[in-house]
Amino acid sequence: MNAEMILFFIFGAVALIGAIAVISFRHPIYSALSLIVTFFAQAGLFVLLGAHFVAAVQVIVYAGAIMVLFLFVIMLLNLGTLSAKGALTGKLKGVAIVLGILLAVQGIYIAVKAGNNTALESAQASTEPVTTYKIGELLFKDYLLPFEVTSLILLAALIGVIVLVKRDKQIEN
Amino acid sequence: MEIDILQQIIIPIIKILFIVHLLIIGVMAMIWSERRVSGWMQDRLGPNRVGPQGLLQPIADGIKFLFKEDLIPNHVDKPLYVLAPAMLLVPAMIAIAVVPFGSSITIAGIEIPLQIADINIGILYILAITSLGVYGVVIGAWASNNKYSLLGGLRSSAQMISYELTLGLAIIGVLMLSESLSLRKIAIDQGANPWEWNFLIHFPAFLAFTTAMFAETNRLPFDLAEAEQELVAGYHTEYSSMKFAIFFMAEYMNMIVGSAVVVTLFLGGWHFFGLEAVGGPFWSGVISFAIFFAKTGIFLFVFIWVRWTLPRFRYDQLMNFGWKFLLPVALTSIVVTGTLYIATNGNRLWIGIGNVVAAFIVVAIVAGMLAMDNNSKSTVQSTPAAAPLRGLDAVE
Repeated sequence: MNAEMILFFIFGAVALIGAIAVISFRHPIYSALSLIVTFFAQAGLFVLLGAHFVAAVQVIVYAGAIMVLFLFVIMLLNLGTLSAKGALTGKLKGVAIVLGILLAVQGIYIAVKAGNNTALESAQASTEPVTTYKIGELLFKDYLLPFEVTSLILLAALIGVIVLVKRDKQIEN
Repeated sequence: MEIDILQQIIIPIIKILFIVHLLIIGVMAMIWSERRVSGWMQDRLGPNRVGPQGLLQPIADGIKFLFKEDLIPNHVDKPLYVLAPAMLLVPAMIAIAVVPFGSSITIAGIEIPLQIADINIGILYILAITSLGVYGVVIGAWASNNKYSLLGGLRSSAQMISYELTLGLAIIGVLMLSESLSLRKIAIDQGANPWEWNFLIHFPAFLAFTTAMFAETNRLPFDLAEAEQELVAGYHTEYSSMKFAIFFMAEYMNMIVGSAVVVTLFLGGWHFFGLEAVGGPFWSGVISFAIFFAKTGIFLFVFIWVRWTLPRFRYDQLMNFGWKFLLPVALTSIVVTGTLYIATNGNRLWIGIGNVVAAFIVVAIVAGMLAMDNNSKSTVQSTPAAAPLRGLDAVE
């Protein structure tokens, strides 16, 4: 049991507890904060895998930007506490149970498969930190086209939002 | 093995203890100098009763805060109300971990780099950690269950999200020329003389970054989150005693960390005319630390200076300034630096000149467009940009 293993179990446990807390808390603000804790623990796991850049991006994008907007919306709408019964009733409950069982089966299958996977172990043995330099080389040489297409799609979404907001203004006027 | 334990565990612990205490003492020094310098600028004395020149005033204040009743109002959301000050303080404290505060020092044959951790994504780490500070403000504001607090928190989070973009984009030019994300590499890359430092090569980006940093630390002229005349005290209205003091400390720590980052990225780090190389392996380390310390101190003085020079922005002015001026300037600096880096084979002089010229053109174009926009609809209404939050203000 070396230091990395201990850290792995700490981060893993925090991620799991955070994830359970997200669905256990009755108040959306607490749920959102638990989700941030999970993201943070995931970033820790990425660091253990040597993916420092991914860890930083995880914190900047998810914990730092997206969840702030989540909190913002929750506060502006002033969402209250869920009732003890919860939102799942009737048909939805049946669908949720089926999907939940499917997800559990998938999870167990992956866990069993990964348990005797030697490729993963050999990958972990050679955890040289992946530098930003290497990521940049991959993005701008091998995956240049997908990268540019993604940025165009994001730009289109951005412009779409602005157009929608502008049109609302004109109707008001 | 013994050397290993010494280098892996004991030396980092000593460095961490040193830096954390330096931060806390720095906060005390900042509170004292803020009040004294403010007094000096307004032609009055400021606190000068406790100790020589009032130097012990922060300690007296600290003792006062500790002995005040720790009041938790009945209407607050208790767990989050207690947690919020810590959520602001912790990011401010741990962000300093990757800032190099000197070259390196050699004691008893062991070379110790003056930095807690030199990680290869240093600047991303700083951006990631400082972006978490907003939670302390927002959660504290919401948990207080007070409309003035909530308005302060919402204002502050909108402001921090807007200016974070500029903060991140303004440094990309610097990263391009240094070809690294490590703060130590960026500092070493800048060389010894002031005309080689990044603030001249990336002058518009330097101004944009500094301005965005003022906004991130909620300092005047960007302190809308705690505008006294409008919001009582903003997000910490309901806080008293040591919890308020923690908010206060976090604000000053953010300033100190921000200054240290600016010094590292733009003002040459610990370099000063080759003075940092004077003396042996021990003294050069001490001198480089002193240079870094002095530069950070001068920059902190600028914080106080600006506070008493510029009045507070109105909310729509704040948003217009951030999105329509600072962000285009930061984006231009990326394009110009990248293009000229290829075109002139990395000639720093041309990149510097090109950056300033391009920034001027962009600001002129934006200002022209805004002026035309204002002329065409000045009869309708003056400030449509901040309509949603003005609506909230009207509810007040």
